[in-house]
Amino acid sequence: MSLLTIKDLVKSYPRPGRGARLSGRAPGEPASNAASEHRVVDIAEFSLAAAEQLALRGESGSGKTTFLNLVAGILAPDRGSIVLDGREVTALGEAGRDRLRAETIGYIFQTFNLLQGHTALENVELGMAFGRGVDRAHAVELLRRVGLGDKHGHFPRQLSTGQQQRVAVARALSNRPQLVLADEPTGNLDRRNAREALYLIREVCREEGAALLLVSHDERVLAQFEQMRDFAFLNRALGTATP
Amino acid sequence: MIWNLIYRSLRQHALSTLVTAGSIALASGLLLTVWVVKTQSQAVFAQTNSGFDAVLGARGSKLQLVLNSIFHLESSPGNISAADFEALRRNPMIGGAIKTAIPIAVGDSFQGWRVVGTVEKLFAEIEYAPGKRYALAPGGRNFKIGEHEAVVGSFAAKRLGWKLGTTFHPQHGVSEKAERDHDELYTVVGILEPTSTPVDRVIWIPLEGIQTMSGHNPLAKAEISAVLIQLRAPTAGLMASNLINQSGGKLTFAYPIGTIVAELFNKIGWFDQVLTLLAWLVAAVASGSVLVSIYNSMSARARDIAILRALGARRRTVFGAVVGEAAVIGVLGAALGFAVYAVLGGAVAAIIQAQTGVVLEPWKFNAVFWWAPATLVGLCVLGGFVPALKAYRLPVAETIAPVS
Repeated sequence: MSLLTIKDLVKSYPRPGRGARLSGRAPGEPASNAASEHRVVDIAEFSLAAAEQLALRGESGSGKTTFLNLVAGILAPDRGSIVLDGREVTALGEAGRDRLRAETIGYIFQTFNLLQGHTALENVELGMAFGRGVDRAHAVELLRRVGLGDKHGHFPRQLSTGQQQRVAVARALSNRPQLVLADEPTGNLDRRNAREALYLIREVCREEGAALLLVSHDERVLAQFEQMRDFAFLNRALGTATP
Repeated sequence: MIWNLIYRSLRQHALSTLVTAGSIALASGLLLTVWVVKTQSQAVFAQTNSGFDAVLGARGSKLQLVLNSIFHLESSPGNISAADFEALRRNPMIGGAIKTAIPIAVGDSFQGWRVVGTVEKLFAEIEYAPGKRYALAPGGRNFKIGEHEAVVGSFAAKRLGWKLGTTFHPQHGVSEKAERDHDELYTVVGILEPTSTPVDRVIWIPLEGIQTMSGHNPLAKAEISAVLIQLRAPTAGLMASNLINQSGGKLTFAYPIGTIVAELFNKIGWFDQVLTLLAWLVAAVASGSVLVSIYNSMSARARDIAILRALGARRRTVFGAVVGEAAVIGVLGAALGFAVYAVLGGAVAAIIQAQTGVVLEPWKFNAVFWWAPATLVGLCVLGGFVPALKAYRLPVAETIAPVS
């Protein structure tokens, strides 16, 4: 059964010099004409099954992050449909999308995005704080599983980059998500740490039964996945999509 | 959750939190001190009359007369002859209205502490406050007329380190740098228990001691500086005031004492207003510092806020966290403000007691204890609204990561 189904998803940004705004059109704001807009994402169809692990290959600037942000509900599309776990994301208001993200999605960023004023444990707890609530025992268990059982009280600055990414992985899984989005999760890691982090992400997602949608331009990362799609062929906005 | 966010943010920005809370504390302490001293000193000074209704003295300012004879401040407006007072007392319209009359003579001191001559009756019969009579510390007694004996106010005795049996030569003049020592040697025979009135700051000797002190003008033997008067009825005071003050004679009748003291506060009202204005300005600047402190750190916090939003925090949650942080800084500052007030208010009360003998009670409940901290916290919350709005409007996708 499909966990995520996307149809006719379009997202554009105003062209630079015309009041460009990366966050795009605000809800309710009328669409401007095509000449003043730069289409970033235009996807006819896409789906991901529950617990499936899929890698999307894409170069920098190809709209991968925008795509993930649309799926996460951080951005609102100009048009199209995103159905996640049976819920139409585009029909939700901002607060509804926030709740969906807090309860259903885990997000792993290239730059980890840990809060520097929070300890490792507190960062992991943040991942569940805005959804069903903090479960400290689960946070502790996740840190143990990513090999940081003895680093609960460490602040990000006291951890290596590899360890920071492992905290980010634990945080992304802390709300028991059905879908984990990973945006170049190994981009800031050396080869050994990248391999370990990737293994960890896939392994923990598998154990937790979460689907994984990972975007990367790194062939070594992409080669680890049984299923891989080229974002250039998926995104019609790039002009290279297959019909 | 919101409290966790606030706590962790305050912990992360501990130094700026402490500095900002410190400035709020200073403002709060200053405001409390100015307000309490203002309201309490007006009330306490206006109530301080040492048990008397009126003062009779030389022609001049009523305020000066009251300040000199009741508060033992300022210089005396001059002496009156004992005969003039006796003549007044024989006046059937005034004499009958006077219940008790205590003459005093001033002009000498010891190391800045005023030496005042009076009669035994002051300590034997007068109630300095309703139901309260002067009491002497164990072992002491009242001075005797005709003897070189002194009864010393509790505060003066404590500061001078005097005990029963201590001897001293009164000095001419009332300034700290007295002109010369008089020849007479006085002995302390009694130390008064504290009364929280200006009497505590005075060295009391028999009236004729001042009148006949070596070096004084021989004419002073028949003069007194003022007469402290208890009246039989308030209406008698008004009548005496009209008769004496409008007669154009040599005397001034200062009545009622409380109203005359209130005039002093009217005269220095502008100073009071300036102090209050200053305290409010400090409060406004301190509250502004909350705004600036949080606002300035917003660029550094923007990423954190975007991360929280990406993790599912709603706009209203981050808005509440920022406003809550400002409120907590305000509450922390206001609480510390009481510590500042304890030091500042205590110091001011001690200075006022040392200078006037009037005792303020810094911890007696005053409405300012709740409205000043509440107003400061409210101002801090208002200050927090600006950065909170910035957090509310933060574009998450732009802030959190470069778009690929």
